Parts: sequence; C-alpha cells; structure tokens
Amino acid sequence: MSEIFEFIAAEYNYWIYVTLMMIGFYAMIAKKNLIKKVIGANIFQTAIFLFYISLAEVEGGTAPILMHGHDGAHAAHEVIYVNPLPHVLILTAIVVSVSTTAVALALIIKIYQVYGSIEEDVILAYRKQLAPEFSEHARQKQEGEQ
Amino acid sequence: MKIAALLAVILAGGMLIYAGQDLPAFGDPNSPSNQHPIVEYYINNSETESGVGNIVTAVLANYRGYDTLGETAVIFTAGMAVLLLLRRREI
Amino acid sequence: MSGIQESVVIRTVVRIMVPFIEIFALYVIMHGASGPGGGFQGGVIFGAGIILFTMIYGIKEGKQRMSNKLSRILSSTGLSIYAGTGLLCMVFGGMFLQYNVVPLLSLDPANVSKILIDVVEIGIGITVLVIMISLFFDISPSEEDELQLSEEEEQ
Repeated sequence: MSEIFEFIAAEYNYWIYVTLMMIGFYAMIAKKNLIKKVIGANIFQTAIFLFYISLAEVEGGTAPILMHGHDGAHAAHEVIYVNPLPHVLILTAIVVSVSTTAVALALIIKIYQVYGSIEEDVILAYRKQLAPEFSEHARQKQEGEQ
Repeated sequence: MKIAALLAVILAGGMLIYAGQDLPAFGDPNSPSNQHPIVEYYINNSETESGVGNIVTAVLANYRGYDTLGETAVIFTAGMAVLLLLRRREI
Repeated sequence: MSGIQESVVIRTVVRIMVPFIEIFALYVIMHGASGPGGGFQGGVIFGAGIILFTMIYGIKEGKQRMSNKLSRILSSTGLSIYAGTGLLCMVFGGMFLQYNVVPLLSLDPANVSKILIDVVEIGIGITVLVIMISLFFDISPSEEDELQLSEEEEQ
C-alpha cells in the first residue's frame, strides 16, 4: 500500500495536469456558452504549459540565468541549472495562447452582433430558422420574442 | 449529452494517467529531456557565443531567433485580425 | 468627461501607481539579457499599466495616451526593428539574425550579440505592448456605448 502512495507522490505533478486538462476539456465540449468554451481552452493550455515547465525541473536546480558575472564560463559547472529549452518553448507558446484567445474573443463579439446571443443552441436554432424547415427550438424562441 | 462529454473526458484523462506512469519523476536530473546534449551545450556555451547571462534569452533571441521573429509576427497578426474583425467607423 | 466614475481612492492610487508600473516594465525589457525579463514580459507589463489606467479613467482618456494611429504605427515599427536587425546581419555577410558578424564599434563578437539582442528585445517589447493595448481598445465598447451604458445604470 505504501508503494502505491509513494508512486502517487513521486509523480504528483502529472496528476495535477491531467486533472486540469480534464476540467478544460470538459468545459470545451460540454458547455454551450462560447465564452466558457474559450475559458476551457485556456485552462487546457495552462495544463500543457505547466507540464512542459515541470519537465524542465532538475532537483536542486536554479533559474537558467548564469550567476558568475563575466569571469569566464568555467564556473557554470558549479551551479545546477534547470533545463532552459522548455522555458523558451513555453514562452513562445504563451504568446500564441494570448493571440488565439484575442482572436476568439473578437469572433465571439462578431457572433453576438449578428445572432444576438453567445449560446450555441440559440445560434444553431437561428441558423435553422434561416433554412425552410423551422425547428421546435426556433419556434419557441420566436414566440418568446413576440 | 453531458454524460457523453463526461465519459469522453474521463476516457481521455484515464489514458493520460495510464501513459503518465512511464514519465520521469518530478525533478529527475537523469530524465531524457534533461540528459539531451543540447541542454549541456546551451548552459556551457550561451554566454561565450551570445554574450548574455540569461540562457533563456540567449536561446530565444539567438539560437531560435527565427522562431521568435515568427512569434512576433503571430502576435502582430492577431492584433491586426482583431482590428479588422471589430473595425469601427472612425478608422 | 468619462462615463465611468470610480471612487477617489481608486483614481488616486492608479494615478500614482501607473508611472511606477511602466518604469518597472522598461526595466524588465532592458534586463532581458542579464537577468530575468525580456521583451514579451516587459511589453505585457507596460500594456497592463495602460489598461489599468483605461479601466479606471475611461476609454477616452486612454485613447489620448495611445491613439489608434500611433498604435498602428508602433506595432509595425517593433516588428520592423526585429526584421531589420536580421537583415543588417545579412548586409554584413552573415546569415539572417547571425548577430556576431556586425562590426559594431569594433567590439568583440559576443558584446555585439549582446547589444543586438537588446535591440531585438526592444522591438519585441514595442510590438507586444502596443498590441496588448490595441486588443483591449478594440474589444472594449466604444465611447458612445460606454456613455450609454453608464446612463442606463444611473436610471
């Protein structure tokens, strides 16, 4: 039993990211509100960022900034640094995340201006209304407006 | 509908947990990503080659400068896309 | 006269805080080479300072500090600084963004790279800060809408 606990404790970071990813994934596929979908996508992205940053961690390591000033590179061996490459990759990935979120929010504003709603089912019902056959939901919405 | 979403999420999470058992422990210095020779190279040579003390900046602006140029272009394009989508009369 | 009226405490604190936030942002941009920092981070902090000011004092006051025209010019300027640095290296016979070939003040190649990396960071910083501010201005409601909303709230 203690072995199982040890195993869970040794890799606890991955279980946190999997949980975060599940929360974000659920918000993306189950919520009808488009803003909530974008929030879910952001949670998903954050889980992946944390996963990458945790892969860079080295026990006892410090931030990858050289600490010896300008007196030669040989002193770099004495200090343990964490892996700098995932940090660079995630720094650029965060920028992409911000950009995609901004474009998604702008598109949602456009959708709201056209359809008057950001609820997915209302938008789909409105789309159906434009087609010849009227759906049940669209008729209800029309009656509600009148 | 919600049940199906929940099932899909639990399935995906279960697969990730199953795959996560093989991942290296947190802070393991012998993990494959920390043992790759490029990491050693960056830590030892970034200051002599690019003159900056911050290894992340050296990799970002020097070794991966082209990548970062594309990144700046991405954020510029995002700004322009939002501008075009939400264009107002005064522009 | 902006539509939104925050309390005196918030207005005064923001008025005092914003210059310090922006000086800190410039510090972060300029210390990307030797310490923690860089163009992306500093640009976002600078943009956050202006966004904070705009949230409290209204869109109109914010646009006086960063007009649409200025933001459009500056955002392309930052990207041009970056690409221009890369082309400068090609002019002196190196590859694109190969900093150490530029004969700048006859310094040794590592110092030239350091200076040009700083230039590149400034370019990134300008682009990011201007895009952050213009994203906020584009997504937020226009001045008339804001005024209308606050009038509706009062009624």
